[in-house]
Amino acid sequence: MSRKLTIIQAITEAMDQKLAEDQRVMLLGEDIGINGGVFRATEGLIEKYGADRVVDTPLAEAGIIGSAVGLGLNGMIPIVEIQFLAFIYPGFEQIVSHAARMRYRMRGQYNVPMVIRTPYGAGIRGPELHSESVETLFAHVPGLKVVVPSTPYDAKGLLISAIEDPDPVIFLEPTKIYRAFKEEVPEELYRVPIGKARVVQEGEDLSIFAWGPMVRVAEEAAKQIEKEHGYSCEIVDMRTIYPLDRDTIVDSVKKTGRGMVVHEAHKTAGMGAEIISIINDEALVYLKAPIKRVTGFDVPVPQFSIEDDYVPTTDRVKTGIIETIQF
Amino acid sequence: MTNLYQVLTPKGELLENIEGKLDEKMMVTMYEQMVLVRAFDRKSINLQRQGRMGTYAPFSGQEASQVGSALALSPGDWLFPTYRDHAASIVHGQTMERIFLYWMGHMEGSISPDNRRIMAPCVPIATHMVHAVGTAWASKLKNEKHVSIAYFGDGATSEGDFHEALNFAGVFKTPTIFLCQNNGYAISVPFSMQSASETIAQRAAAYDIKGLRIDGNDIFAVWLTVKEAIERAFAGEGPTLIEAITFRYGAHTTADDPKKYRDQDRLSEEWRTQRDPISRLNIFLEKRGLWDESKEAALQEKVGIDIENALVAAESYPKSKPEDMFKHVYAEPSWMAIEQERELPKRGVKVGIHA
Repeated sequence: MSRKLTIIQAITEAMDQKLAEDQRVMLLGEDIGINGGVFRATEGLIEKYGADRVVDTPLAEAGIIGSAVGLGLNGMIPIVEIQFLAFIYPGFEQIVSHAARMRYRMRGQYNVPMVIRTPYGAGIRGPELHSESVETLFAHVPGLKVVVPSTPYDAKGLLISAIEDPDPVIFLEPTKIYRAFKEEVPEELYRVPIGKARVVQEGEDLSIFAWGPMVRVAEEAAKQIEKEHGYSCEIVDMRTIYPLDRDTIVDSVKKTGRGMVVHEAHKTAGMGAEIISIINDEALVYLKAPIKRVTGFDVPVPQFSIEDDYVPTTDRVKTGIIETIQF
Repeated sequence: MTNLYQVLTPKGELLENIEGKLDEKMMVTMYEQMVLVRAFDRKSINLQRQGRMGTYAPFSGQEASQVGSALALSPGDWLFPTYRDHAASIVHGQTMERIFLYWMGHMEGSISPDNRRIMAPCVPIATHMVHAVGTAWASKLKNEKHVSIAYFGDGATSEGDFHEALNFAGVFKTPTIFLCQNNGYAISVPFSMQSASETIAQRAAAYDIKGLRIDGNDIFAVWLTVKEAIERAFAGEGPTLIEAITFRYGAHTTADDPKKYRDQDRLSEEWRTQRDPISRLNIFLEKRGLWDESKEAALQEKVGIDIENALVAAESYPKSKPEDMFKHVYAEPSWMAIEQERELPKRGVKVGIHA
């Protein structure tokens, strides 16, 4: 059985079902109890599972993430909510120096099964530091997996996989499309594998790689381009940005001969560069044009009155498509 | 409440002799400023509801803590506000126009007036407290008689930076004032769940710095306490941690619904009717013959006009342009950013058009 859910509803359901199924699972975060989280992702869960398993913590990200490391070491499976991605930095040390390295330093004797969920991305007219896309910071740290769903179906399936994963997973939730649309989501527990991309639509002329809210932007741009110019684009939702799904990237580029990456993160040292590098290694001779990047700029995400000019738009993606195909 | 320093009771009665410490002119200024910022707060909430501003963090109920502390400062003192401390910023010299611009998402919404040192509102929690240690430290090194004041809430006291700031300030005896507005809630989490400490002021003992717990709705207590803290700082005795007990009448921000996590109507009503900072000063001033209905009417009218003028100025201020995001990232922009800015028109971004 399935019914239509939004991304946020799918996320709540994944946590609900894992809390019900596995006594080791617990939630930690600021305002996640009676308030149900600032985006209501944990709505109703404290009533169902109690304050020992759905924990309103003190306001301290290092405390939350650091104690989650300890909880994970000692048999629990903590799911941490950080209110906005840019508020994670006090806990950064715990993520980088401890969560990511515990298995390595203990040579596999101990591991840290934990998920850090956090909304990310611009487009909600948020105040400063409510709109960042700094996924690269985490993708750069060996020991972390970085997952970004763009649909309700994937949000539930990926979150369940993340909770069941033996290693720490940074789970980035696209704020702008939390409630933007609904799709069929199975009622039962199911998994979407971490590390596997999804071909959203097949195409012949260009492969577009995107994740999170940019998948929908790419889809819209591709639709308009097809209508206006007759070009057909293949769109790949990466879903996991570490580890990247190399095979799907390479197979797609071999087929279309052109590539483009769309991400909201700053351009320099963004994951686009890494995808281009994979194509360079594996499919260079198939290329008919340089691989294009349409990304956020090398500036802090600006205040919200001009944030729409920072985030890649349908128009910017369309321009990139034309430039690449008509190279 | 343990050891709560109070000078002016909610009924407008004086608990100690303040002659020679706090003059009548200042008392009236305190009142006028509190009335102004409360009206500003109300206007801002309305503007958000009308879609003329983004998410806004209201402070009503906390006027005495912010106005009283800021009035105790000198123009050259450094002020580090959070996103809820626009009242302190206004009193210290920030324009209301600028604060409107900030909440309208304008790129120039957090610039300090030239003759003031009002830093951009801190959005993460407690992280600016260490900055107020640094600026105060530099003042001390340069033999300048300026304090630095950091505003923060009860939730901030759980962050590591809170402890690091107090410890550094203690070690280097910096002229820093840590002004905690303990309004009882960090969004939804009551202080009883935030910490097992009974008070925030008691944390000062751990660093051997001065810690004081005051009625944050008593503007006399706030002003006198901050004045003393400044004297202590100038005497080389270092920082002061002030815990001002107060209450935010409304939501955490306009995106928050306090009814979800507290008995909002009852609590708000209780604080408004029994502990309001403005009404107690009003009673006091009237009894002393410093205030009357005609002055009140004139003030209300002036405040309304000043706020309206600030709003007109903010709404007619040139809007941010797409290329503004590339300015001020570095002293000299990187070649990457230069190229990206140059490509804007090619990418369909309408350069030069105000958002």
